Amino acid sequence: MPLSTQSQPENDEYILIASLDNVRNLSNILKAISFKDHAIFNATQNGLKVTVEDSKCLQANAFIQADIFQEFTLKEDVVGFQVNLTVLLDCLTIFGGSTVPGVMTALKMCYNGYGYPLTLFLEEGGVVTVCKINTQEPEEPLDFDFCSTNVTNKVILQSDSLKEAFSELDMTSEILQLTMSPSHPYFRLSTFGNSGNAHYDYPKDSEMMELFQCTKTQTNRYKMSLLKPSTKALALSCKVSVRTDSRGFLSLQYLVRNDDGQICFVEYYCCPDEEADEE
Amino acid sequence: MDCVTTGGNVKVLAKAIHSLSKIGEELYLEPVEDGLTLRAVNSSRSAFACFLLSPLFFQRYQAPSDHAFRCKMPIKSMQAVFRSLSSLERSVEKCRIELNSEKNRLTVTLHCKHGLLKTHNLSFQDCESLQAVFDKENCANVLRAQPRLWVDTVLHFPPSLEEVNVSVNGERVWLRNHLEDDADPSRAMMTELCLSAEEFDHFAVRSESNITFCLKELRGLLVFAESSGLPVSMHFDEPGSPVVLSVSDSVLDANFVLATLSEDAHQRNHNNNKADRREAQPAADDFMSDDMDSYLIAMEASDLPGDLPGPSHESVPPVPQSSTNHRARLPSEEEEEEEEEQVNQPPNKKFCSLFFGSVLPASSQLTNQTIQGQEVLASDSDNEKQEE
Repeated sequence: MPLSTQSQPENDEYILIASLDNVRNLSNILKAISFKDHAIFNATQNGLKVTVEDSKCLQANAFIQADIFQEFTLKEDVVGFQVNLTVLLDCLTIFGGSTVPGVMTALKMCYNGYGYPLTLFLEEGGVVTVCKINTQEPEEPLDFDFCSTNVTNKVILQSDSLKEAFSELDMTSEILQLTMSPSHPYFRLSTFGNSGNAHYDYPKDSEMMELFQCTKTQTNRYKMSLLKPSTKALALSCKVSVRTDSRGFLSLQYLVRNDDGQICFVEYYCCPDEEADEE
Repeated sequence: MDCVTTGGNVKVLAKAIHSLSKIGEELYLEPVEDGLTLRAVNSSRSAFACFLLSPLFFQRYQAPSDHAFRCKMPIKSMQAVFRSLSSLERSVEKCRIELNSEKNRLTVTLHCKHGLLKTHNLSFQDCESLQAVFDKENCANVLRAQPRLWVDTVLHFPPSLEEVNVSVNGERVWLRNHLEDDADPSRAMMTELCLSAEEFDHFAVRSESNITFCLKELRGLLVFAESSGLPVSMHFDEPGSPVVLSVSDSVLDANFVLATLSEDAHQRNHNNNKADRREAQPAADDFMSDDMDSYLIAMEASDLPGDLPGPSHESVPPVPQSSTNHRARLPSEEEEEEEEEQVNQPPNKKFCSLFFGSVLPASSQLTNQTIQGQEVLASDSDNEKQEE
C-alpha cells in the first residue's frame, strides 16, 4: 500500500476511496471511452460510473462495480466530480505499459469532496507516485431516456464478427446506417463513401448472433464520427448488444472482461442523424 | 459479368490488386473471353502491369455477353474491399464480382464465415482499353528465378533507392544502385550485387546488356510473386527497351512492363561511374536523327513498328518525349483519339527526363529539373509540354 505523507488528509477525511491491486482494471476500460477530454465521475454504493459525451448526441458510460475494487468506500450516497480524462489516464499509466507478468501497478484513488482535487496514489515495485488532478463541477449527463419498454429491435452479437466490420468501415462515409429487421437483411451495417456503398449483413441464424429479437424493420443513420470511437470498446469486449428504440436512438452495450476475468460494462448511446443524406 | 472465386484464390486476387496499387492509382478491369484482366499504369506511363486471370482461376466465370465491358476505378476502392489479407484467409469463403448494369456499379460480394456477407457496390468509369505493346518472346535476354532470389537481392538496396541498374554477360548478372548524373561518386553509397547464372532457373543472355529501371515497381511484382511462390522471369534487351517481368502459372499470367533508361543517358552515367560496361550505340537513340515522320507513324499505328530507325526496336519505338514516354506504347489497339487522350496526362518529370537525356547537353540531369531549350522533336499534336 502506498505510504501516507503528512501533507495528505487522513483516510477518514476522504469521502471516496477506491483501491485496486491492478490499475489496468480501471485504465483499460476508461481508454474505451476516452474520445473526449472530460469525464463525469459518479460513485455510488454500486460502484463507479464514468461518463463522456460528445456534441449532445453521443454518450458513453463505463461501469466498474464496487466488487471489482479491493476497497471501495463512500462516505456519502453519491459522490460526483468531473476531471480531465486524458490527464487521468496519463496518471493511471504513469508507470508505463508494463506487461511483465506478475508486475502490477496498484492504485488508491481518493477524493475528499467538492473543491478538492482527485488524489491518486500509484505504486509499482515499491515506487510510489502521487498525482493530484483538479476536479470540476460535474455536469449533468444527458438522459437519453432509453428504456427497455421502448426497444423495438435488439440483437446480441459476439464481438469478434463485429470487430472486423468496424475496422473495415469506409471512413469516407459520413454516416453509418443500421438496418434491423425481422426479415432479410436482419442486421445490416451500411456505409456510403467516395467509392460507392458497402453493406455488412449478419443473418439472424449466424453462430455469432446470440440473441435476435427484431419486431419491426428499422433503418437509422448515425454520424460515423460519433460511432467510430466505440470501436475501442468493441475491441475490449466479448459481446455486444445492439438496441434501437422507437425514436431511432441507438444503444450499444459492451460486455468487457478485465484482466482478472471480472465483468464490466461499457455502453454507448447515440442519436440518429437528422440530416437527410442521399446515398 | 459474373466471376466467382473461392478459397485461396480470393487471397491471390487480393494480392494482385495490392500489387497493382504499387504501379498506378487506377485499376482497369476488363473481362474478356480469355479471362479477367486487371491492369494499372503509372502517371508517367513508364510502368504498366497486367494480370490475366483465366476462367479456370474462377469457380465460375462469365464474361459479359457483348464482350465490350471495361471500366476503371480508383484502386483504393478495390483495395478497401480486400483490406485485411489475414482476415481474408481466415474468414472469406467466396468472392463474387458482378456487374450491375442498371445501377452502374460493380458489385463485389464476400461470403464469409458465420454467415457474414460483405457487399461492396463500387462506382466505376468507362474507359478506353489499356494495353501496352510489348514482345517479351523476342527479347534477347531472359532470366528466371524463384521469387526468393529476387526478394533477397532487392533487400540489399535501400527502400529509398529509385532506380536499379542490371547488367548481364553470358555468365553473370550485376545489380547496382543507379546514381544520378549529379551525384558525387565519392559521397554516394554504391551497392553492387553479383549473381552467377547458376542461381537462376533459367539464364539466357544473347546480348550483353545494361539496363536501368525503377525498383519500386519491381517490388510491386515481388509482393505478389513471393506469396504465390511462382518463379519470376525478366525479359529485356537494350536500354530504352522495356523490361518485362512476369509470373505465370496455369491459371494466371502477370506482366509488369517497366521503362528502362535510354542509352545515352546511360552511357554518360557509366562514364561517371567509371564502370564502362556498355559501349554506346549512339545511333540507336539519337533522336535528333530520327525521322520524325516515321516516328509519328509508329505512334499511331496499332501494329508493331517494324520500320523504325535504329536496331533493337523489336517491340517499341524510341520514346523521346512526354507522350508515350517510355519503352512501351500504350495505344488503344483501336482508337487513336484514346491514345492522344491517355497520353496527355502530365508525365512524371523524372522519367521524361530520362529519355531526354540522350539529346540534352551534358549538363542536364536526371532530376526534376526543367529541361531548358529542349526542342520537342516528335510530339503529340496536343501535347505542348515543353519542359518534358
